[in-house]
Amino acid sequence: MVIVEFLIKLSQGFGIGALALATGLLFGGIGRKIMARIQRRYGPPFTQNFMDLFKLLSKGSVSHGWAFDLGLVAGFAPMLAALMFLPIGPFTLLPSDSSLIMIVYLMMMAYLGMAMGVLASGNPNSAIGMSRALMLMVGYEVPFAAVIFSVYLFSKTGYLTQIVTQQAGGFMNWNIVKMPLGFLATEIALQGMLGEKPFDQAIAPAEIASGPMVELGGKYLGFGMIQHSVGLFLETGIVVDLFLGGAPNFWIFIAKQFVLYFIVILVDAILPRLRIHEATSFFWKLPLFLGILQAVIVIIQGGVLNV
Amino acid sequence: MSEWTEIVDYFRGRSMWMLHYCTGCGAIELPPTMTSRWDMERFGITPMATPRQADILLITGYLAIKTLKRVIYTYEQMQAPKWVLGFGSCTINGGIYWDSYNVIERLDKYIPVDIYIAGCMPRPEAILDAFVKLKEMVQMGEAKGYEKYVKNYDWYKANQDKVLKRTSPVLKEIEKVTKIG
Repeated sequence: MVIVEFLIKLSQGFGIGALALATGLLFGGIGRKIMARIQRRYGPPFTQNFMDLFKLLSKGSVSHGWAFDLGLVAGFAPMLAALMFLPIGPFTLLPSDSSLIMIVYLMMMAYLGMAMGVLASGNPNSAIGMSRALMLMVGYEVPFAAVIFSVYLFSKTGYLTQIVTQQAGGFMNWNIVKMPLGFLATEIALQGMLGEKPFDQAIAPAEIASGPMVELGGKYLGFGMIQHSVGLFLETGIVVDLFLGGAPNFWIFIAKQFVLYFIVILVDAILPRLRIHEATSFFWKLPLFLGILQAVIVIIQGGVLNV
Repeated sequence: MSEWTEIVDYFRGRSMWMLHYCTGCGAIELPPTMTSRWDMERFGITPMATPRQADILLITGYLAIKTLKRVIYTYEQMQAPKWVLGFGSCTINGGIYWDSYNVIERLDKYIPVDIYIAGCMPRPEAILDAFVKLKEMVQMGEAKGYEKYVKNYDWYKANQDKVLKRTSPVLKEIEKVTKIG
């Protein structure tokens, strides 16, 4: 019986992975379409990303040694693992009472795995791009950690399903209403996590020839695209669970995710790229201030309530 | 099996990423092709940053012998289904550089060209026309320039060596030169 349960969980895990990939690719395609319409172009069909992925996986590819192969897998596996702890609508594959910390930890591991892979290619552009990506991570993880801290204090639990349940019962119970400053800080950090402008220093095509992806070709680039799409699903998904009250079913969940992604695209369309030290110091000023202010407010409110 | 090849060819035609090698004046025709007026992204064609990621190599304009060497490196770094577009009359017969001592005259003696775009300069409409034509050729399974390159590598290599010999440094034997001086 244990084996049967294990197999069921395994197939559900693959299903979630495929679902996240399809949603991420669809979001990417719709994002390209929206971007095109903002620039008064017709734009590619919204299924373009699926076609791109299919083409990339059918292309020939060249490896740069075993660390290169292994690094890409090590970059993708933590993302997939983090997905298993994420409440997607009412469904969580692996309920755990510390799922919030687990997801944040695994998200960071994914970047380190990717760093190992692309640095093995030995191209100086990928080294610059990866150093920028890690530098940016140092930037946005700090305000995001402050937000996680205030959510932890507010909900008194790290169990994401429970955080979602606490927000049940209408819009006024959502954390976005109770912790607006924290949401604002998260939204800015999300811009950096997804690597959209003004925080796309890592992948600067005209400047450092697309940074980490410079030596990825064919199937490897397809794998990078899969990783990016799953990351898109995961990072918007965690914000939905933390602030937008989760969702009763899958469709409302992706609708809420799409609202977040839509805001990200609009910001992406109008802002230019910052320099890397400007980006990092920006993250350590406004979003960090908002995050810490939110934590202080939560502590004061909690203290008042306890008395 | 042939159905599978047809499906693969269909999606390859719908998603072509382009690397533009802009040495000549042809570069100026590309921004309007990419941006709002002509918008080539609606055909699934996007500019890419490196040869590893690209499917199309667009050679805009004349190639000096030294830049030909870089183009050959770039072409050989690209991954298997790859196509070359020769842009402008410079790649066809040398254009206004037809009698220059250091500019090649016919690009397809050195790397296989799938489509030539004639004109000096070709307008963005002509570029888009070439892209659509290339898409049809790819979907019909006709654009096989990369296989031709592998099959006839000896011929291409001989042609390349013949002109690249002229790029060896003039002042290679610098001591001899200074001794004479």
